[in-house]
Amino acid sequence: MTEGGQRQRTLLRGTLSLLAAAAVYEAMARSGYFAPALLPTLPTVARTLVASVADGSIIEHAAFTLYRVMFGFALSVAVGLPLGILMARFSRVEHFFLPLVSALMPIPSFALVPLFMLWFGIGNLTTILIVFYAATFPMMFNTWSGVRSVNPLWLRAAGAMGADEHKLFWKVIIPGASPFIITGMRQAFLRSWIAVVGAEMIAASDWGLGWVIFDAKEFLNTDVMLASLVVIGLIGFMFERFIFGSLERMTVLRWGMMRAAKG
Amino acid sequence: MVPIEIRDVSLIYDTPGGKVPGVKDVNLNIGASEFVCIVGPSGCGKSTLLNIVAGFLEPAAGEIRIGGKKVDGHGMDRGVVFQDFAQLFPWRTALGNVTFGLEMKGVPKDERERIAHEQLRLVKLDKFTGSYPHHLSGGMQQRVAIARALAYNPSVLLMDEPFAALDALTRDDMQRLLAEVWRETRKTVIYVTHNVSEAVYLADRVIVMTPHPGTVKAEIRIPLSRPRDPLSVEFLDFQKELLRHLGHETGTNEPTKTNGKADA
Repeated sequence: MTEGGQRQRTLLRGTLSLLAAAAVYEAMARSGYFAPALLPTLPTVARTLVASVADGSIIEHAAFTLYRVMFGFALSVAVGLPLGILMARFSRVEHFFLPLVSALMPIPSFALVPLFMLWFGIGNLTTILIVFYAATFPMMFNTWSGVRSVNPLWLRAAGAMGADEHKLFWKVIIPGASPFIITGMRQAFLRSWIAVVGAEMIAASDWGLGWVIFDAKEFLNTDVMLASLVVIGLIGFMFERFIFGSLERMTVLRWGMMRAAKG
Repeated sequence: MVPIEIRDVSLIYDTPGGKVPGVKDVNLNIGASEFVCIVGPSGCGKSTLLNIVAGFLEPAAGEIRIGGKKVDGHGMDRGVVFQDFAQLFPWRTALGNVTFGLEMKGVPKDERERIAHEQLRLVKLDKFTGSYPHHLSGGMQQRVAIARALAYNPSVLLMDEPFAALDALTRDDMQRLLAEVWRETRKTVIYVTHNVSEAVYLADRVIVMTPHPGTVKAEIRIPLSRPRDPLSVEFLDFQKELLRHLGHETGTNEPTKTNGKADA
């Protein structure tokens, strides 16, 4: 089977399962057992979505959410990646941070939102910091594992060919740890995306997809809530599929360091 | 090319079960451009000795001189080829792997790519310069590893069972290829193997080592002319002689084979 044919089949299968789920929902919404205000039909949700895209409001909300996510995520990579590397390379750093990571990682970032609100107020700073908190640990942890899993034979071969510490780091350790680093980024982004919506619900005022959902509850606007959920899901999916997917295809999949998922 | 002197080299492994002698009082003189094979059963210290010469391990006693210069850590006067295919960098193409050492040396890009192309042609991989290691067969990957070790022009080539993980047919091809490469480059080679016919095919001289502790038990010159015929009477006689040295000492069925067919 050609690669294009394979991809088409995968797409078809994905569409089919989504359609089936949508059909079940629509049947429930139209069954008459539930109040239409609580379970709006899909055409209603679609109309709300189209209208909010047309007037630009949902796009603006999404832009705010994305801004917070990207800021927090970028910070988490900037901090988590070097820390993970330092942990793997120096046992003192490892001994210091490992207990800290173990203690802090299980705390859901959402549980910190009220505290951060008191400390940093309502708005971007708090949401960005929540995202940062959620994303840094998976980034750090995966990088740490990645550097430790670098094949010693590569280090030996590179050393025999005259690589010094600096070259060893950039030319062997970083690319050698890349499957883990990319996985770390993926997980960090996913956590960011989950964290931002929660943080926005209580710690953001007026803007952001999380805030839209929370605000819509006041007026029983379930169609707005569902439309926002669709946007949240779609953006997350696109990042996962296109950004991280192509990052993987360009690097670790091309190098054969990771196998492609079965279509 | 340069000679290698191994003087009274000993190494002791510190294991949880106590101190285990790796190699003990090994003395060897290897001539410039000589091809020396070290054979022996697992645990005889042949790889340990190679790793000491490579500078990956430091001997507890004794010293190694390459071209009169004392070995202290690894250096670019030696090229190393390991058994494991995974030694190549998967994120670099065949060409990228071969240029690595030259890059470390600071050779300009055009120059190092020219040299790498040349080396890959020497191991008959000029059509695969742009391929990543995972698209190459095991034999091809090992050829890239040989080209990589030769590219920065070390005077000594150290090889640790480079063909042991290949199938028998590929291994025959690789041995022929290596003999050719050696004839052209005239490197001083130390080649570790547990395959007796491989040793007779490649070596000017075969060193037999025995374990507990790892010591040199015998040295056998192979004065046969090249290319060698593995089915000739003389060839088989040398094989028998080597096996006698090995079997006599070990007494058990150590994994020392007359040919590659039964090897993993």
